[in-house]
Order: sequence, then structure tokens, then C-alpha cells
Amino acid sequence: MTQPLQPPPKKNPQKRTQSSTRPPETRSRAALGLSAAAAEGRFALQVCQECFAVQYPPRDVCRACLSPELAWQDQSPSGTLLAETTVRTSTKLYFRDRTPWRMGSVQLDVGPVVLCHVHGDCQSGSKVTLLNRLDAAGQGVLLAVPEERTDHMEDNPQLRALSADPKHRRILVTDLRNPNTPALVKALLDAGAATVFVGESESWRPHDNRRALADLENVETLPLDVTDVASVQKLAGEIGGKTDILINTARFVRPGGVLERGDTAFAREEMETNYLGLMRLAQAFGPGMCARTGDGINSAVAWVNILSVHALSNAPDFGCFTASNAAAYSLSQSLRGEFRGSGLRVMNVFTGPTDDEWHQALPPPKVSAVAMARAVVSGLQQGLEDVWCGDVAKEIRDRWRRDPKVLERELTQGGEGA
Amino acid sequence: MTVLDTLVSGLSSGAVEIVDLTHTLDPDFPVIVLPPEFGQCARFRMEEVSAYDHRGPAWKWHNISMSEHTGTHFDAPSHWISGKDVALGSVDEIPMQAFVGPAVVIDCSSEALANEDFELTPGVIAAFEAKHGRIPADSWVLMRTDWSKRSGADYLNMRDDGPHSPGPTPEGIRFLVEERDIRGFGTETIGTDAGQGAHYAPPYPAHYYLHGAGKYGLQCLNNLDQLPATGAVLMAAPLKIKNGTGSPLRVLAMVSK
Repeated sequence: MTQPLQPPPKKNPQKRTQSSTRPPETRSRAALGLSAAAAEGRFALQVCQECFAVQYPPRDVCRACLSPELAWQDQSPSGTLLAETTVRTSTKLYFRDRTPWRMGSVQLDVGPVVLCHVHGDCQSGSKVTLLNRLDAAGQGVLLAVPEERTDHMEDNPQLRALSADPKHRRILVTDLRNPNTPALVKALLDAGAATVFVGESESWRPHDNRRALADLENVETLPLDVTDVASVQKLAGEIGGKTDILINTARFVRPGGVLERGDTAFAREEMETNYLGLMRLAQAFGPGMCARTGDGINSAVAWVNILSVHALSNAPDFGCFTASNAAAYSLSQSLRGEFRGSGLRVMNVFTGPTDDEWHQALPPPKVSAVAMARAVVSGLQQGLEDVWCGDVAKEIRDRWRRDPKVLERELTQGGEGA
Repeated sequence: MTVLDTLVSGLSSGAVEIVDLTHTLDPDFPVIVLPPEFGQCARFRMEEVSAYDHRGPAWKWHNISMSEHTGTHFDAPSHWISGKDVALGSVDEIPMQAFVGPAVVIDCSSEALANEDFELTPGVIAAFEAKHGRIPADSWVLMRTDWSKRSGADYLNMRDDGPHSPGPTPEGIRFLVEERDIRGFGTETIGTDAGQGAHYAPPYPAHYYLHGAGKYGLQCLNNLDQLPATGAVLMAAPLKIKNGTGSPLRVLAMVSK
């Protein structure tokens, strides 16, 4: 039985904040397919394209026929826990800080036996499900959990270490004015967030979302304008040391491509908010969050960006906006590299058109605020790096992976001419 | 003694006082808000370039950005469509004599306190002139509302039906332009027009009539309560921006004590 996780006591100001440590990061290039699948919450293994043998651990040639044609394919995560043990000490600093730690061997239904982390509620000989999750080093690792859900199972320390669960954490949502913000704040509170700070730019301009959030408990609205470096630095000075998750909802969006606009005014605002805003937030909040990734139950754990899926391939009807999102996407990859050493994870939520005023003239399907909130919360609970929110985002992702040039050609279709 | 000698001695003796009519350029100072599909007025922004550090060991400086119409600012005739063909209509062309001159201050502060949509009408102007004399040609007319004492949301005073702040009626501003041939019109609010000025005919009458006649505007003024009804001299020189339609500026008034 997993004991429910209690809210952490107030921090003892005489105690040094625990330094961040990480599990081993090094993998072979072949093994990184597991991390790529974990980034999206998929359980995948290599499958030989000649003899169809399922492989584990990852390798360069097939264990059965020596073919180098090994493809990562989603597999059933079901198996049986063969044996388990508890590690009580380790030469690795990360595990030393966290023992006891359960390990075991699982016979997968698809064939291989894997060595993996084992959830406290798994019994030897019982059916288990394997989760492929990112660890603090950003690498995919396997954790066996009971086939049927158990009470408070997400509170198990080994599972929580493979997540960015909002429970008991303090979360900054950067833009009160984003139409998706109220639903997101409510979803975070429902998921057990201790406090949600909501940044409000230009309090001299009223906004309906302020009223929507006014009556919620454990929500604090604070001044924050991501286009104003002084404002970002001020808020980071105030709450940077207790921001465990930062969700950047700041977005400036206007329709139109290059020729439709005829000037760079909106494009500048898009870059100021969507690209430089992210950079200002990262410069102000990043170092403090990176320093607190080992800080107990409410450690700093994740940085969340919400991006147009057309960051991958431009949609000319929102051409300038999506260009700013491509810049933000690229910057998020830099942040992944820069945060990696601390274990702070960057989760990008890619979305199709959102159901708001700027996409009113677009046909459905559109992503509702509630769907977006659900995607963010479940992505955090699963510790994902990439979340694809809604049918449009998933479809664009699939087409982009199939052939980026074909997708580009389809998205840049001209009208029927004479 | 030359006139300037007299002025200088007045300044040093305190007989002439300088009043700063300018708000601080602050990133969080309100600007005019238009429907979001229109281009917007850029807020004041300041980014550090170096601060006696590795980016520049012995010096501190910032890059700043803003609109021509951010903070306490000057409106040139070319700002409005009615003034687009006015000769010498941009800030770099305006004859510099226009930048120093007399100001009269119409005190509407108690009326604006009672009514946030208070209108400056010909009747209000007539009442002012009955007390203080005819408004001299080529003078600045400043509408004192004490609006500068407001801050934050109360300053823009935006509601679902738009902003609410005092300003002139079409007849009021036409009277000043056509009957008094003023140099320009200044307010403490975010624009020379009333918050609800879009609903007059023509919309934004102060902008329309002032700039169409080659007159100037000043807005977001501060400290108008420190000026006398007549007798102050304004120094309001916009930046010399090529083809600029306006400019943030430091507005100073000289007042005899």
C-alpha cells in the first residue's frame, strides 16, 4: 500500500537546500529511442524488420538474425514480475539520496525479460504494466506498476521521481489574459497544486479572467509582463525560490502572413511575447528553479511551454505568429540542454488552433481550454517532454514525421489560378 | 538688463518657478488601447545593455523603445488624417517657436471629480473667459481635470463600453480652434479627446479639428494643479524625429510666483 503523500512542512531556514543529483545519463545512440518514446509517454521497443523479434535492451543488430534493421515500435507494456529486490545503498549519489529503491525483472508478454524499477505495490509473480518514463537525467527508464490501479499509487517515491506531478507543488501560470488560463488554473488545483500564482500584465486594463480567478482559493494574482524585463525580474525576486513548475501561457497572436500585414508591428509583438518573453522568463526564473530540483516533495520540477504545432511547419494564414512559435520551439530545445544538468525538465505542449477569438474564423476541430488544461496536467503527471494536444496537433505531428517536405508543400498550397 | 537677464534672475531668486508637467516613463504607465485587430501603441520598455559589468565594465546604459504616443507626449498635425496635408505637420518640421509659449488652464477638476465623462463645452469656455479674460490667440489651452492624480485601472478607466474620461465636445474644440486660434490643446488624460470621444461626430473631435487646423496636442500631462489660470509659459519641444507624428517629451512650465 502506498502511503498518501503529505504536504511538505515549511522549510527549515537553517538547513541547506539539498543539491540536485541525477541518475546516470549516458546511453548508446540506439538506446535513445527509448527516451524518445518516453518523451511522449509511449512504451516502445526495437523490432527486427526482417524476423520481427522484439528486442531488449536496445542494440544495433537483431539478437536473433543479426539484421541491423531495427525499428522502434509501440508494444504492449504488459508483463509478469518474475523477481524483485530492494537496493539499500548505491555508489550513485542520486540513488544514495533515495534508497531504499525497488528493482526487479519482468517477463514481457511480447517476449523479452527486462530489468526495471519496481513500484512498491507490485507483488512478485503478479501481472504488471511497464511505464516508460523520463528520469531526472531526461532518459527513458522502465518502471513496473500494478496492472490495476492502487490507492495513491502516484505518491510512490519511485513513480513520483519519474513525473512532474503538480500535487503539493507551487505553480506559476504566466499570463492571466490567455483565454485558456482559468481552466488551466482550476485543473492544476484539482490535481493538488498547493498554490497557483497567476501573472497579470497591465493591471490598468481590466480583464474578465481576473473575475474568473478572484474567488478561487490558493490562487494569487501577481504583476507579470513577459515583455518587460523589470517586471519579470521583480516577480522572480519575489517568488522565484518557490516556483516549482512554470507554465508559460503568455501568447501574442494575430492572423496573417507576411504580405497580408505589410508591416512588422504585430510580428515584433509576437517575438517580444512568444520568443523574447520566454527568454526573459528563463533568464529570471531558470537559475533559481535549476538550483531547487533536489528540494524534497515540492522541488522545482518542470518548465512548460505552450506552442502552436505549426512551430514544426509554418501555417501561412498565421504565418508570422507561427514563425515566432518556431523561434520559441528552437529556444525551448536550447533550454532543455541548459536545464539538463539540473534535472529540470522542459515540457512542450503543441496545440492546434485554440477555441478563442483569434481562431474564431477557423473551422473545428479546435482545442478547448478544458482539453488544453487536461493535456498540461496529464503531461506533468506523466513527466512528458512533448505533449500533442488535440487532433490537429497529432495529425500535423504524424505528417511531419512522415515527410516534412510533403507537409510543407501541403501547408503552402496556392489558390486555384487561371 | 535684457529680457533673458530678467528671466535668469527670476529663476535664481525663485520669482519664476519651473513646474514639471511630465509623468515618468514607466513600463506600466497606461497607453491608449484600441480594438485588438488594430495596431497598438507600444508601451515604454527598457532593456539593460550593461551595468558596470562584463557587458561594459565602466558604464551602464539601456536600450529603450516606445511609441511616438507613449507617456506624456506631443501630437503633431500629421498624427491625424485631417492633418495629413498640413504644411510643416510633423515634429521635425514644426517651427520651433511653437515649442515655447503661453498657456491658459481651464480648471474642470471639481466637475471631472463628479462626472468622469465631463465635457468641455463652449459654455464652460465662456464661463472661464468671463472670469479670466479672453483666451489669447496662439496660446496653449490646458484642461485641468486632476486626472493625473489617478493611477492604474482608474486612469484609463476602461469598461466594457470603452474608456471613460473627460474631454472636449466637437463644439468646444471647434470654438477654441476657430474662434480663439489656439496653438494647441493639452489634457491630463490619455488623449486630447474624451474617453468616449469615438462616439462624437466626427469621432475624436479634438484630434480631428486640432490637427486639421495645424494645431498641436499634449496629453498625459501632470501637475496642472500647480499652474495659474493664466500667465504660465510652456516649454514643450518634441524630439526631432524625421516625419514623426508625435513624441514623448519633457513638458516644463514657467510660473511667476
